[in-house]
Amino acid sequence: MDSAPGGTLTRPVPPPPPAAGPHTPGPNAAGSHADEPDTAAPSARADLAAALRDSSSVGLGLFPLGIAFGVLVAHAGLSWWWATAFTALVYAGSLEFLLIGLVVAVTPLAQIALTAFLVNFRHVFYALSFPLHRVGGRFGRAYSTFAMTDEAYALTTGEQARSWSGRRIIWLQVLCQAYWVAGGTAGALFGALVPAKLVGLDFALTALFVVLAVDAFRARRDIPTPALALVCALAARFVLPGQMLLAATALFTAALLARRALAGRRALAGRRALAGRRGPAGHRTADGRRTAAAKEPTRA
Amino acid sequence: MPDTSYLLAAIGVSVAVTWGLRALPFAALAPLRASAVLHYLSARMPVGVMVILTVYALRDLPLTSPVRAAPTLLALAATLGLHLWRRNAVLSILGGTAVHVALASTLFAHP
Repeated sequence: MDSAPGGTLTRPVPPPPPAAGPHTPGPNAAGSHADEPDTAAPSARADLAAALRDSSSVGLGLFPLGIAFGVLVAHAGLSWWWATAFTALVYAGSLEFLLIGLVVAVTPLAQIALTAFLVNFRHVFYALSFPLHRVGGRFGRAYSTFAMTDEAYALTTGEQARSWSGRRIIWLQVLCQAYWVAGGTAGALFGALVPAKLVGLDFALTALFVVLAVDAFRARRDIPTPALALVCALAARFVLPGQMLLAATALFTAALLARRALAGRRALAGRRALAGRRGPAGHRTADGRRTAAAKEPTRA
Repeated sequence: MPDTSYLLAAIGVSVAVTWGLRALPFAALAPLRASAVLHYLSARMPVGVMVILTVYALRDLPLTSPVRAAPTLLALAATLGLHLWRRNAVLSILGGTAVHVALASTLFAHP
């Protein structure tokens, strides 16, 4: 959720595919018909039925997690309908879990804005591949971006979603939000009845982040990246505990950029050394293709 | 206890930032689609951000007092173990949370 806690309720959220590949026409590529289902537009009813099926797996995760959120809202001393307001309006699961603690402590709005920015920043990259170009109408597109949670992104960018119509995508998003809002509201109503001695329920947020981290790791299996993030997070935790999220994210971004620059330079140096050995020395120049191959990358 | 106008403002700020992050890049990223740096970051940010958020969620863990940290550490192990084993996010989250609630309110309860 980041939306949604569930982001990955059923499948790992794929990292935004690099670059709009051949299969992901940009929003402006409306002309691409490869993924437009022009075969007899299915009826609105059929789209709704399909969306119900598409969203069922995610719904099984969103609803119980919504209940956990609602119970926390009730235990924080807020009226039950705040759970409805949070889930319906903010609609970004992990941020909502964090928000409870922030608003109970009456945290300044600027810090809430900063937290929202950091927690949801990853959504910026979803625009690279979310099929918004298939959704029609101003209102439809506005809602579609509003409800572009991790779950919605994961479902609509998968292989199976290539032929989904804009209406089916919107229905899917409406249903996902309905599960989340219903769970939150039910949890808050139920939580108000339960004696407030259910300590430790807030661990749901930690567990959510752990699960999302494991799923994100599985999508790439690149160990240095999470290791770098861990070091940055711990450094920020002990050096700048008051601004931990901001410091850790900035440090991590800088570290990634440095790593990329370093890898680029090393690759370039490697190619130069290779070209130098093979070129002027002339040992292998008998094989013309090799020299060419060695030289080529240095041009890049 | 926060009052209604503050809560509404907090919701408004959160909505504005979240929706902005989701909607604006559709316009802003179009010219940047070819940016190699952006793609490098977009492929690596998700796992890093999740690791950072995990540490953030655990920032108040009382490491100096093993008994007080135990429920969280055990629940963390349960969540990780469940997720590596079953790969079912709901099961891992609810299972880990159940372990935490059970331990924190019984064995490791402290007044």
